[in-house]
Amino acid sequence: MNNKHLIDPMDLSIGEIDEIFNLAYNIINNPKEYSKICDGKILATLFYEPSTRTRFSFEAAMMRLGGKVLGFSEPNSSSTSKGETLADTIRMVAIYTDIIAMRHPLEGSARVASKFSTVPIINAGDGGHQHPTQTLADLLTIDRLKKGLVGHTIGLCGDLKYGRTVHSLIKAMSRYKGTKFVLISPKELRVPKYIKEEFIEKNNIEYVEVEKLEDVIETLDILYMTRIQRERFFNEEEYLRLKDSYILNEEKMKKAKEDMIVLHPLPRLNEIDMKVDNDPRASYFTQAENGMYVRMALICKLLGVC
Amino acid sequence: MLEITSIKNGLVIDHIEAGMGIKIFNYLHLDKSDYRVALIINAESKLLGKKDIIKIEKDNFEDIDYTVLGLLSPSITIDEVCNEKIIKKIKPKLPTKVTNILICKNPRCITGVEKYVPHSFILMDAEKGTYRCEYCDEITKLSEV
Repeated sequence: MNNKHLIDPMDLSIGEIDEIFNLAYNIINNPKEYSKICDGKILATLFYEPSTRTRFSFEAAMMRLGGKVLGFSEPNSSSTSKGETLADTIRMVAIYTDIIAMRHPLEGSARVASKFSTVPIINAGDGGHQHPTQTLADLLTIDRLKKGLVGHTIGLCGDLKYGRTVHSLIKAMSRYKGTKFVLISPKELRVPKYIKEEFIEKNNIEYVEVEKLEDVIETLDILYMTRIQRERFFNEEEYLRLKDSYILNEEKMKKAKEDMIVLHPLPRLNEIDMKVDNDPRASYFTQAENGMYVRMALICKLLGVC
Repeated sequence: MLEITSIKNGLVIDHIEAGMGIKIFNYLHLDKSDYRVALIINAESKLLGKKDIIKIEKDNFEDIDYTVLGLLSPSITIDEVCNEKIIKKIKPKLPTKVTNILICKNPRCITGVEKYVPHSFILMDAEKGTYRCEYCDEITKLSEV
C-alpha cells in the first residue's frame, strides 16, 4: 500500500481496497495462520469520545492478530485534560506503540495526527467528517454478500444530510461501474449538494431522490438504513407525516427483492424493527463482524506484516 | 469626476471588487509604507459596475505576492508601470494551496481549537472561486469571505 495512514476512505485506490479485501478473505478463511502475525506489536486506541463498537472492533482485531493494545476510552483519563496539544499526545504515543487508531470529536483531527506521527494513524472517526473503516466494513459486506461491488442499486434511507457513513459510502461506491443510488429521506435531510455534484453527477451515476421507502424498496439490491432523529425535522407535522416511512419492518420487507441485503452502521434505535433481525436478508450484524476482519487486514497492511 | 494623477513608476492594482480595496490595502500594510499610495473606492467600471483601484508609487515590486491579491479579489488586474508606461499586465491565477489567509468557518474543525495547526486550503474550482479546508473539507467560496 502506498499510504502510511488511513484518514479518508478516498485515500485508498480501488486496487488498494482489493488488496485489503483479499487479505481479509484470507484471514476469514484461515484465522489461525494470522493469529500471531502481530506478535510484539502494540496498537494504541485513543478514543477522545466514547464508542464501544468501534473501539472493541479495533482491539479485538489486534488481539486476534496476536498483538497487544493500550489506550484510553475518554479524554479525562489522558493528559488532554491537562491541556496537552493533540500533536504532543500523538508524538508521545508514537514512541510507545506501533500503530494508532484514533477517534476524536473534531473534524480533521486525524489528518493533524498523521502529520505529527511517526507510526501509522487510522482514523476511527473524526467528528461528523470521516469514518473510513466503517466504509471498508460496508464495502466488504457488499462484496462478500453480493459477490462484487459493481452493478448494484443502493438505497440509502434516513438522515442523508448529516450521516457521515452515508457520505463516505456514496463517495466510495461512486467509483464502481453500474452503481445506482436511491436516496430516501425527507426534503430537509437530503444528501448535501456538493456530494451530489462532486461524486454522483460528475461520475454520471443514475440517482433518484424520494421521500418514502415503501415506494422504492422493491427496486433495491442493497438497503442502507440510518438513524433519523426527531429533532432533525423542521416541524412536528412533517415528522408525524413521514416518521413511519423511515422504519423498516416485516411488511416493507415483503415488498423487497429476495436477495436484497439490509445494512446499518449501528447502533440502531427503532429504525429497524427487531422482528426484521430474523430475516436472512438482515445483514447488519455480519457487517459488524466484517468490520473486525477488515480492520485486521488494514492493521496488517499498514504495519507491513502481510 | 475625481482625478488621480498617473504614476511614474509603480503598480496599478485595478478591477478590485468594490469594497475589497481596503482589505488589500490593509493586507499589503500600505498604511505603514513610506511611498505614495492612492486608494480609490467605488470607481466606475464597465466590467464590474463599481470597482476599487490602488495605485502605488514604488520603484521595485518584487516583494508583492500577486497570487494572494488574486485570492482577495479574483477579478483583479495588475499593471506594472515604468517611466509612465505599462510594461507588464498581470492577471493573477488563484493559488492551488493557501495557508493562513482564509480561515475555516466550520466550528467543528480542528484548526479552530489546536491553534498551531495552519488554516490550509486547497483550490477546488478556480472558476467558481472555491477552496476546500485541508483538514475538515469544508468548502469556502471566495465571494462569501
